[in-house]
Amino acid sequence: MGLDFSVVPKYLDIILLGCAYTVGITVAAAVLSFFGGIVFAVIALYAPWIIRQPFRLVAWMFMGTPLLLQLFLIYFGLVQVGIDLPAVVAGIIGLGLHFAVYNSELIQTAILSVDKGQMEAARTLGLSRGEALRKVVIPQAVRDVIPPISNNMIALLKDSALVSVIGVSELTLSAQRVIGKTYRPFEFYLLAAAFYYVINLGMEWVQRKIERRISMSR
Amino acid sequence: MLKVYPFFLEAAWLTIVLSVLTAVLGLICGTLAAFARLSRFAVLRFTAAAYVSLFRGTPALIQLFILYFGGPQIGIQLDAFEAGVIGLGINAGAYMAETIRGGIISIDKGQREAARTLGLSHWQAMHKIILPQAARLMVRPLGVNLNMLIKATALVAAISVVELTYTAQRYIGSTYKPFEMFLLAGVLYMIIIYVTGRGVAWLDRKVQIT
Repeated sequence: MGLDFSVVPKYLDIILLGCAYTVGITVAAAVLSFFGGIVFAVIALYAPWIIRQPFRLVAWMFMGTPLLLQLFLIYFGLVQVGIDLPAVVAGIIGLGLHFAVYNSELIQTAILSVDKGQMEAARTLGLSRGEALRKVVIPQAVRDVIPPISNNMIALLKDSALVSVIGVSELTLSAQRVIGKTYRPFEFYLLAAAFYYVINLGMEWVQRKIERRISMSR
Repeated sequence: MLKVYPFFLEAAWLTIVLSVLTAVLGLICGTLAAFARLSRFAVLRFTAAAYVSLFRGTPALIQLFILYFGGPQIGIQLDAFEAGVIGLGINAGAYMAETIRGGIISIDKGQREAARTLGLSHWQAMHKIILPQAARLMVRPLGVNLNMLIKATALVAAISVVELTYTAQRYIGSTYKPFEMFLLAGVLYMIIIYVTGRGVAWLDRKVQIT
């Protein structure tokens, strides 16, 4: 059949719209995974035993199974219990929760490595345990984990392609739709890959900027 | 519900076979790329760097689609299983290349210099002095690569290879029990991941000098 890239410009708008979706989904899921990661870390470390242990088990399950399976579970499985989420929402929640679990592992280690004196000093100054965590310990822990978390966010971008399988019209599914019309899989998947690569480079650039800022603020 | 178990076990076996083949291919690609990146020849260094950057910088799912659906356009005709193994293996290789390179460059420079001074050739020094030390450091991070790779085999469900995720998906259609089917697949994945993790930990202890 050979390759023919001359059909590309005609469908570029669909692909670009897909790009916008991919960026939107990635950002939304990244924000969810960041704050979710902090909440999960606090639960895993400080919640009473009866909550903490089952929670850790669920977290372990999230890390031991493929994201694709989790997306299916959230999208198709929740319908069974009467929760019918739109595909975009299910996709963002699935991606967000999956990476929140990974971020939580990083944040837990960071919280534990913040000097004990920080908590003690905050308590001495009259802050409650929750306040001390929120205002003193966690901000320091978060600063330490920004570099590894940003690696997770870049992984999240690439994994966002999986939500195409549950029917979210992001970059991968947009390419698929165009291929349905043009029968040119190589050209359009390659184009999609190129766009992912460019977004990826953009995220790496932002990552370097942030890391430089953090290292200066120390 | 009982009737589906044999099919899930069969699918789990296919996931294991996929993982093993992918891991072997990944190790081969990763090792070649790691050495190429440390090579004296700029062409090799550049090619390997481009391979690692491109395959790590784009989704594995898209790479699979290009190979499986786009392959025939450039004369590469593969069935879904072959495309799955080759696509995932090349992808895993890009990640493993970084792990292997990291292991090699973390060995003190003095080791290589000393070996060269003693009259060993470049390859002898690599083979007899550097690699045995570097291999110890690589077990754990390669274990992480392996863990990711096993989970990534779920992607081939999208090109309809009948592995665990695809099987779960298929039986939802006939049983209307999505939770149970995915949980069953999830448990089997966790068993595979857990056993592999223990194996890696065992190997890691085994190779450490105490």
